[in-house]
Amino acid sequence: MTLAELATAVSTRYPDVVVAREEATLVVAPDDLLAVLTWLRDAPGVQLDALMSVTATHWPDRDPSFWVVYELRSTALAQRLRVKVGIRDDGQHVASVTGMFPTANWHERETFDLYGIVFDGHPDLTRIMLPADWSGHPLRKDEPLGGVPTWYHGALMPPIDERGMA
Amino acid sequence: MRINPQDRPVAPFDPSGDVAEDFRDPATGDFRQETMIINMGPQHPSTHGVLRLLLELDGETIIRCKPIIGYLHTGIEKNTEYRSWVQGVTFVTRADYVAPFFNELSYCMAVERLLGVEVPERARIIRVLVCELNRVTSHLVAIATGGLELGAVSMMLYGLREREIILDLFESLTGLRMNHAYIRPGGVVMDLPEEAPRKLRNILDILPGRIDEYETLLNDNPIWRERNMGVAVLSAERCMELGVTGPPLRSAGVALDLRKDEPYCGYETYDFNVITRTEGDAYARYRVRIDEMRESLKIAEQAFARLGETPGPVMIEDPKVGWQSKLSVGPDGIGNDPEFLDHIMEESMEALIHHFKMVTQGVSVPDGEVYVPVEAPRGELGMYVVSDGRNRPYRVKIRDPSFVNLQAVPDLVEGGLVADIIPAIASIDPVMGGVDR
Repeated sequence: MTLAELATAVSTRYPDVVVAREEATLVVAPDDLLAVLTWLRDAPGVQLDALMSVTATHWPDRDPSFWVVYELRSTALAQRLRVKVGIRDDGQHVASVTGMFPTANWHERETFDLYGIVFDGHPDLTRIMLPADWSGHPLRKDEPLGGVPTWYHGALMPPIDERGMA
Repeated sequence: MRINPQDRPVAPFDPSGDVAEDFRDPATGDFRQETMIINMGPQHPSTHGVLRLLLELDGETIIRCKPIIGYLHTGIEKNTEYRSWVQGVTFVTRADYVAPFFNELSYCMAVERLLGVEVPERARIIRVLVCELNRVTSHLVAIATGGLELGAVSMMLYGLREREIILDLFESLTGLRMNHAYIRPGGVVMDLPEEAPRKLRNILDILPGRIDEYETLLNDNPIWRERNMGVAVLSAERCMELGVTGPPLRSAGVALDLRKDEPYCGYETYDFNVITRTEGDAYARYRVRIDEMRESLKIAEQAFARLGETPGPVMIEDPKVGWQSKLSVGPDGIGNDPEFLDHIMEESMEALIHHFKMVTQGVSVPDGEVYVPVEAPRGELGMYVVSDGRNRPYRVKIRDPSFVNLQAVPDLVEGGLVADIIPAIASIDPVMGGVDR
């Protein structure tokens, strides 16, 4: 099966599928996410049964300002499809896919930690990369790369160029 | 603001506060009195870096295990957004530092797909060659450290000894033993040096015999079998649910290997087998790694033969896309190639302009997004790379196999004995640099 055939099979049900640079992308409304992923997993000739990655991108000047990105893989057909969900920056949530794909657990925690996107129905949506008492979501575009004082487990860490020598 | 360490405000830190809460008994809302909660790591010799496991024990039996990561988070993904496309290589190579070439390969293939360019054939062969040798060094580290943790100290010595021979070749190729930044968007940074064929021949001649020795040492070793067989079993179905890839998946009988399923770099033209076993335990993972090293050497042998008959450039020749600056390894280490410096400074004004623009501005990559997976030693390593059309990445997401495979640790150890955590983690072979990024 070729990528074009997969895209055609998907577009019979969901026409918003785009093929570019040998990759297929499907844009989905947040409310439809679980239904679409279920269909993509079960439909014959699509069989996107494995979730490889969940992440996000932040576009502060656009609407929607977040895209949550799911990389799906069909192990039987050796094809891939990317599913994207647009999220507004006004506290809009997206459904967790951990029920369908247990592997999404840490991926969604990471996306929550680094972007602040809330996944409804996640069993344990806590920070994973950063300490529990961290404030802010560092992969957002309005977060600086460094040079800010940080709290780590209750201790204040000044920026590296302002640390005094004891 | 300048604060001396002794003057920093410090709030009392409660080590149980954040994570042990999960271990409360849901029925009573209190901690169970008959079990013990202990903390393994993040500083522990058998956790392969800074992995922390919170364990609830009933005697020697593990009731619950919660892996806690993030102690090596260095913001590699954020950093790439502030550097040029070429500089991004030096960041991503430091994620999974035991298999750096794979990070570089995945990232560079993603950039090349965004640019819509094809790299020269010789560069693709060199990429296959270094990656397969890197797979051997990575599996050697896995088996060597796994052996050390179970008391097979000689395996550690032998494994690291052979790894050093290959790292010596990498050093003469790239200037560095690890974190090479050798694969660049458009090809590789320089062709093989003069001594490389001799060193490569030496590796390909002695490694197969050494792998036989490891098998003689461990395959039927009663202690090795006792500690590994039937330990940390993960079924094929559970692997798929948890997104586990690489040797743990293949040891459970699933012949998924991206080099076969979705070939890149011309892997479809190489002759090799996908190694599988059916037991899905720690011993099967060890055997899969041993056999994969042989297959990797087979591929490296074929790539070596092709190099002899495939001359040509190792970098895209379009000076607006490919990094034309030549480097070479001299007696004082790696540096600018004297011939190239002569060329841009004395001979060609155009070459100087291209060099200047490439070094100061870098290349602008058309906007778009790609996800490029490669078969790394630990499983599927993918880079999701987004460009907004400028000369630096908008987003680089590293889908690291260690990160995903580590989620399987509770499945591997719960219900087992404390001592079995060690072979369980060793058989997953996580590299925390890749997990935490």
